[in-house]
Amino acid sequence: MAMHKHLYNVGAILKGLSITLGMMFKRKPTIPYPSIRKQHAPRFHGLHELRRYDDGKERCIGCELCSIACPANAITVIGAENTPEDRHSPGERYAARYEIDELRCIFCGMCEEACPTDAIVLTPRFEMSDYRRGAFIYGKDRLLVPPEGGVGSPPDERPGGIPADLGGVAQTKSTTDVASGYDATFNGAKLKTERKGLAG
Amino acid sequence: MPIWLVVLVKSGILLFVVITTFAYAMLAERKVMGWMQLRPGPNRVGPWGLLQPAADAAKLMLKEDLMPRTADPLIYRLAPFLSLLTAFSVYAIIPFGASSAGTWAIGNVNAGVLFLLAITSLGVYGISLGGWASGSKYPLLGSVRATAQMISYELAMGLSFIGVLILAGTTSLDGIVNAQQRLWFFIPQFVAFVVYVITAVAETNRSPFDLVEAETELVAGFHTEYSGLRFGLFFIAEYVNMLTVSCIASLLFLGGWNAPFGWTWVPGIVWFLLKVGFFMFFYIWLRSTLPRFRYDRLMAFGWKVLLPIATLNLLVTAVVVAVWS
Repeated sequence: MAMHKHLYNVGAILKGLSITLGMMFKRKPTIPYPSIRKQHAPRFHGLHELRRYDDGKERCIGCELCSIACPANAITVIGAENTPEDRHSPGERYAARYEIDELRCIFCGMCEEACPTDAIVLTPRFEMSDYRRGAFIYGKDRLLVPPEGGVGSPPDERPGGIPADLGGVAQTKSTTDVASGYDATFNGAKLKTERKGLAG
Repeated sequence: MPIWLVVLVKSGILLFVVITTFAYAMLAERKVMGWMQLRPGPNRVGPWGLLQPAADAAKLMLKEDLMPRTADPLIYRLAPFLSLLTAFSVYAIIPFGASSAGTWAIGNVNAGVLFLLAITSLGVYGISLGGWASGSKYPLLGSVRATAQMISYELAMGLSFIGVLILAGTTSLDGIVNAQQRLWFFIPQFVAFVVYVITAVAETNRSPFDLVEAETELVAGFHTEYSGLRFGLFFIAEYVNMLTVSCIASLLFLGGWNAPFGWTWVPGIVWFLLKVGFFMFFYIWLRSTLPRFRYDRLMAFGWKVLLPIATLNLLVTAVVVAVWS
């Protein structure tokens, strides 16, 4: 009946039971997400943002380089000429329409790199769920920082980023918090910054 | 009060208690399993997740009651009730305190253990018929497994009872507990106790013997086709059965409401519930530790290991008792 084999199995089972019992009293690494948020990487790729210059002018010049660079074909730009009466950006042209399909977007950041004026950037915001598909096509109404929008730093100057001399970008209007790299418009929840006890 | 009214009131109270226990046993299972897997477990509904059972009940009740076209309508609809009925009817004879103390059991049957065995064996009919009547292959496989598993473990379980019966000299549950006033039976009948605990897990189709549901192989086994409240009834039956075998283990092997170390200042019911609670915890503990048995090994284990051990234990007990007295 090979009893010794079964006895060995009993030992293994007891060992397994002791492990699970020990785990039961360990500290749990779970972060109760909506009430406490984990600090993410400073250069996290989240929702896009079209930024403005300090004087309120749009940085985007409607060159469509982002649209060409986009590997997912998520960006549609339709440019138009600035006129003295209707001036949106300092250059000759501006984006009359600027749409990003966030469902197609793979958040690679190529648009950010392609942009010659640092107009399009990826913010760390990631909570964009909605009930309708159409709601994921973000137009200028939602991408563009409001004229009175918060002050922030471009991704290259966030903590941990590579500093770059991009000519006056530090004075750019953005909604990203300079110090934490976190969404500055969000102030509802506590931020979990320490990483002690986190698994993996 | 007329006797029927007393029985009715007691049944009502017990039904409420058992259903509530089921609800919180389910929550406790999810919590404890969560902790053992380094998760916090359900904690969104109510403080500390305490209203989770209510949310689950509401969800199950509001879900659509589906039936496959190939199903046998009458038996398909009846099976969950059968499962639940047998699960609950055991509580007609389970004593929660000494009969000398009065009103702790609905009925004090002098052949209590036999009644227990009979009723708990009937429980498999709900599973078998439910799986059979679903008219679909995974439930059928589940129900076939349930039947085979029941036969192979029922025998060892019955044999493990007999050792206790020989020591107690009675088949009444009350008498068995009273016989354990000096020494709980899990010490002289340790082998029978181990065999019982293993077979009890198999009997209630719980992990690691949950081949009847076996998610990885059989989708959900016998209740694959069930939804809504009918699935809920199977669910309740499973947990009530867990509770039942925990009660039996406490009564037969851990001295029921007898206090350990002579600490009689704590009421007997508390001791009884503590013992039952320990077994419930043990179930959950086992589930979050062990992987599922392979089917042929389950059969081999039942027939080639548990049955011989239980028989041997019975023989030794019988000889020792005969020589002693």
